[in-house]
Amino acid sequence: MTTDLDAFRAETRTWLEANCPAEMRQPIRSEADVCWGGRNWTFQSDAQRSWLEAMAGRGWTVPDWPKDYGGGGLPAEEARVLKEEMQRIGARPPLTSFGISMLGPALLAFGTEEQKGHYLPQIARGEIRWCQGYSEPGAGSDLAGLQTKAEDKGDHWLVNGQKVWTSYADKADWIFCLVRTSTESKQGGISFLLFDMATPGVSTKPILLISGNSPFCETFLDDVKVPKDQIVGEVNKGWDVAKYLLGHEREMIAGMGLGAGGSSVTLGSVVKPADPLLRAEIAAFDVNALAFAAMSERFAAMWKAGEAHPASPSMMKYAGTELNKRRNELAVAAGGSEALEWDSERSGGGSAARNWLRSKGNSIEGGTSEIQLNIVAKHILRLPGA
Amino acid sequence: MGLLTDDQKMLQETAASFLAEEGSVGKQLRHWRDIGCKDGFGHGLWKQFAELGLTGICIPESDGGLGLGATEAALVLEEIGRNLTPSPFLATAVVVARAIAGTQHADRWFPGILTGETILALAVDEGSRHGPAQTALEAKRQGNGFVLNGCKQFVVQGASADMIVTAARTAGSLGEPDGITLFAMPRDAKGLEIENVALVDSSKAARLTFENVQLDADAVIGEVDGGWAPLKRALAAGNAGAAAELVGVASGASAMTLDYLRQRKQFGKLIGEFQALQHRAAHLYAEIEIARAAAFKAAQLLDAGDEQAELYASVAKAKSADVANFAVREGVQMHGGIGMTDEHDIGLYMKREAVLGELWGDVYYHREQVARLSGY
Repeated sequence: MTTDLDAFRAETRTWLEANCPAEMRQPIRSEADVCWGGRNWTFQSDAQRSWLEAMAGRGWTVPDWPKDYGGGGLPAEEARVLKEEMQRIGARPPLTSFGISMLGPALLAFGTEEQKGHYLPQIARGEIRWCQGYSEPGAGSDLAGLQTKAEDKGDHWLVNGQKVWTSYADKADWIFCLVRTSTESKQGGISFLLFDMATPGVSTKPILLISGNSPFCETFLDDVKVPKDQIVGEVNKGWDVAKYLLGHEREMIAGMGLGAGGSSVTLGSVVKPADPLLRAEIAAFDVNALAFAAMSERFAAMWKAGEAHPASPSMMKYAGTELNKRRNELAVAAGGSEALEWDSERSGGGSAARNWLRSKGNSIEGGTSEIQLNIVAKHILRLPGA
Repeated sequence: MGLLTDDQKMLQETAASFLAEEGSVGKQLRHWRDIGCKDGFGHGLWKQFAELGLTGICIPESDGGLGLGATEAALVLEEIGRNLTPSPFLATAVVVARAIAGTQHADRWFPGILTGETILALAVDEGSRHGPAQTALEAKRQGNGFVLNGCKQFVVQGASADMIVTAARTAGSLGEPDGITLFAMPRDAKGLEIENVALVDSSKAARLTFENVQLDADAVIGEVDGGWAPLKRALAAGNAGAAAELVGVASGASAMTLDYLRQRKQFGKLIGEFQALQHRAAHLYAEIEIARAAAFKAAQLLDAGDEQAELYASVAKAKSADVANFAVREGVQMHGGIGMTDEHDIGLYMKREAVLGELWGDVYYHREQVARLSGY
């Protein structure tokens, strides 16, 4: 077994050496370096295109998905080896997408055979860029209170309402969207629809954040006709799909706790704090960050082995995002006045300040820290009345 | 780092049921405290540890032990922490067993560890704060041996020990790692004065005064002047072990507090219904899980001989001491008035955390190590 894995590692190493362009081994400097794919995607460079094509060709944009759906069909240990070998050469992810991190797992669990065969390969190849229609102006933490309604019109659903905090809705090709199909029950009246953002009646408006960037939009849905077969799971059973997907979203967001450099790079080794009191705070932070890195490994292993509590992604999301906010606070403190520059080239277009401000949303998006603590108190600690 | 193997899970279950039954606060800690036991622990229980094979966890199979490692020791230590069981396990069976493994002293002391008859101790610190490089205890060559002058303190179970592994300076100056030598010193060495000191948690630690204590050359463990590397390895094992025990202390205090939140009524409600307390309990839960992951990673890296083992021993100790301290503070506060009484056990967790947190370097010492090992 070990020798098979060693052979896989050797092959993988050779293949990556031959196929990962040098430019794709540079650290990601900004959002512009991230490859999201989609119908309207403009590749930043030939290297970005060839890296995606090479990886997608092997199914390695989603190494552990089944081969029939465009994945690599790798067992867990081989997927881990691939990840380690990519980290070894500093390879960028060939494709970043909500299709991979959120919709895909939900489709694998709840989709029909037709849906899986149709949507998953497109996700794996980066052909369709997805966005998430969850929150509404009146349904934030109380997500199940959503009001966007979908009426059954015989051969289609007629969708009307408004979504908010839709990540990159202005750039996305398709949306996975929670809608109300019944008012008789709060959670039991929700359905999970998929539709094309080019459908008549869909419009978006970017929201300018305190970071000066607009990664989120308001999404308006006016008499949008959605074909009947574009529902995932049963009618009025969409909350199950939504919760399952949220687990994956929280897992993804919890990864932020590891920081941009991954688990091995301490904050102090990057910012080299000279001030003794700041150095002490950063050392305390680095202890927390390294301990969290150990937790992430343990969580991933337990989750795969089915030994993790089903509510544990909430714990990870809470801890990871609070840690990332702290990292950014300390990074800005260590940077002094330079970290406050907003648009100079020297500051990378104000990246420290913008990342710091953007990080404040980590403990709000995907369920606030307070919601995660509620979930832990109720489902893990079983406290009364929670 | 992987999950526990089936054998490790079995050991964990054995240790959990044994210590919950035989190592409970009522049977051990309170009993020995209230009768004023000079050792602060029971020899009968130590023999039971031996009968279960637990004292030989870190002793190689070729020497009659189980030939296991830091990970298995951590599993036992977490249960020790959860039950506040006073025991020589950490100092004798983990730290000193590791310090003398592979030397001539192993033949002399391993059999007694395996039968639960021998108690061993480690003497490092000389001031009130941990600092192994600050070793000043002087060991001068004299004839075929050495003569020692100086002092040691915070020597866990030092007054009960049959032998004390002692770090002394044979060369170099204060603050330098080079020039430290480890000695296996018998407790009846002439010129050695032992003051048995009771600590806040009713455990005992000794202060040692050396006045021309003569030791033969064969008392040296390893190389003369070369004690730093084996001392650091023993301390890393000790800190990884203390981290696991602290995770147990935190878990025990937290479980007791959660029970209280589920039972205590005020304003006509169970106090566990109040969101202000729920969020604090949930936050504490997350912190304990993270501390446990760090403690097991440190143990697994030690077992793998990984170069990051020393870093993670410090990460684990700093994190678990921090978290256990938080757990006991929250525990006493959430218990309200009853938490301030000697009758309730929650205060005993607070006392144990204080001593374990200080042992072989407090939170601040280990944060400093993490900063240095990370290159800043």
